[in-house]
Amino acid sequence: MNNLETLISRSLWQDRFFNVLGILCTCVGLVTLLALLVDLAVDGATRINWQFMTSFPSRFANKAGILSAWVGTLAVMVVTAGAAIPLGIAAAIYLEEYAGKNWFTDFIEINIANLAGVPSIIYGLMALGLFVYKFHLGESILSAGLTLGFLVLPIIIVATRESLRSIPADIREASYAQGATQWQTVWSHLLPYATGGIATGVIIALSRAIGETAPLVTIGALTFIAFLPPTPIQATPPFLSLDWIWSKFTVLPIQMFNWVSRPQKEFHLNAAATGLILLVMTLSFNALAIYIRYRMRQRIKW
Amino acid sequence: MEMAPQTTAVPRPVAARISLALVVDRLIRILLFLAAASSVLITVGIVFTLFYESAVFFRQVALLEFLTDTMWTPLFANPRYGILPLISGTLVTTFIALCVALPVGTIVAIYLSQFAPTVVREVLKPVLELLSAVPTVVFGYFALLFVSPLLQKLIPGLPAFNMLAAGLVMGIMIIPYVSSLSEDVMGAVPMLLREGSYAMGANRLRTALRVVVPASLSGIGAAYILAISRAVGETMIVAIAAGMQPNLTLNPLEGAATVTAYIVQVSLGDLPHGSLEYHSIFAAGITLFFMTLGFNIVGYILRTRYREFY
Repeated sequence: MNNLETLISRSLWQDRFFNVLGILCTCVGLVTLLALLVDLAVDGATRINWQFMTSFPSRFANKAGILSAWVGTLAVMVVTAGAAIPLGIAAAIYLEEYAGKNWFTDFIEINIANLAGVPSIIYGLMALGLFVYKFHLGESILSAGLTLGFLVLPIIIVATRESLRSIPADIREASYAQGATQWQTVWSHLLPYATGGIATGVIIALSRAIGETAPLVTIGALTFIAFLPPTPIQATPPFLSLDWIWSKFTVLPIQMFNWVSRPQKEFHLNAAATGLILLVMTLSFNALAIYIRYRMRQRIKW
Repeated sequence: MEMAPQTTAVPRPVAARISLALVVDRLIRILLFLAAASSVLITVGIVFTLFYESAVFFRQVALLEFLTDTMWTPLFANPRYGILPLISGTLVTTFIALCVALPVGTIVAIYLSQFAPTVVREVLKPVLELLSAVPTVVFGYFALLFVSPLLQKLIPGLPAFNMLAAGLVMGIMIIPYVSSLSEDVMGAVPMLLREGSYAMGANRLRTALRVVVPASLSGIGAAYILAISRAVGETMIVAIAAGMQPNLTLNPLEGAATVTAYIVQVSLGDLPHGSLEYHSIFAAGITLFFMTLGFNIVGYILRTRYREFY
């Protein structure tokens, strides 16, 4: 009898012990995240001011700023979004709604799964060999935007497919029963219902692209850029100009990498400030995505 | 529409609209197919570039020398191109990262799926996933200017650039890759199996270790492999915090360049297009590509297998 009691109490203690261990291990991640934020905030928060946002990089740490970097990030993101969103959504619609079960579909699926696992720096090497030197796009915003667009394409494809898959077959059948073609069904029923899921995927993809450094380093994104790309809006007709996509550029993570690699402490403060901005941007993007996903799960009940 | 000889006459405008809709449908179908097929083009682009550019390299450097020489000194007067020092750097940093991520990630997954209340799990899982959303250059800063000084206090004589700090931070970064996927798989284990175990008097821990983990083994394996692949391909953390000196060593307390860090280092310099150096980064890249490709294929097989289980 005593034996059984010790057995039960030992069994209970094992559970309690593991419960604590699990909480501790989860805390490893959470504490690191917190330490990261605090560390960057302590070092960098004082550097973030109007002068920092509106100055070009400089030899003098206290005069340097991130104007060309954040404008560059914005420009590259426009190209990335323009390339990856339509291509990703279209590919996902084909694979989820149209593709038959055959070897080519399997091949595309395996290919996309593999692309998602290719290290980002490999995309950079492809961009260097292909975009910069074969297609002569140069070390431009266009090259960078396309590279990052291809890099995040699998994220958008997977997210779109998942949200299309969660729409019940009834919706499709009802639409066909009314005489709609497949595309009419996709366009006026499936895409609207899938918008939330697609938006989540797009946000996650762009937040990933904003923080990517390695693939842009390899295409030779210059780190000392003291000019802005030409403005897209012109005073003379046709008023819109695409010249900016050919401009050289720098982006926030590359500017940060440049400052972190310098030995002087003052530049590290600039790096911390840039890092803080990057971190707040990516974390709020992700928080937004989590929020949308949460709202969707509450709203839509099939 | 080739459906039927039209006995009940369809009014002409309606017939025209239907046939237009069908034409549009066909056209869009083709466009969508092209979009899906273009993902194959990206792979072709990657493989072609890597092979094409590194072929120039391997015409001048024998493959055997590349794989067995113990020195990587492309910038010396007498350059030597042995990939081993770069591979050793990659192996050591990956190993340290896995020592953190695999045990911690697995315990977190078991905790979240078997022990934590639903609310806790629903909140903690996305929050943990934020770890892998942090830009890696920020992690690099953290490893070099926060973790490394901290370790220097614990280990006297530790250089500022060392593989230990880089590996540890990388390990924490990939925790969510292990924990989230493993948790998904463990959550998919049928309740019946678990209830059976509880009914036999097993506690939660025993049920987790003897029933849930074995039942989701291939999924957990896929998560591990994804984590390894991430660690091998990770660039900015090691480029910033582990130093960029090729160094054939297995000692984590030293600095060393990884395959990825070497590519970054060469790219930062003024790279003459067509030089042997330029082609050497593609040789490093193709090594990396094959390493991760191997992991990805094994991971893919494991993942598709666990889906068929139940």
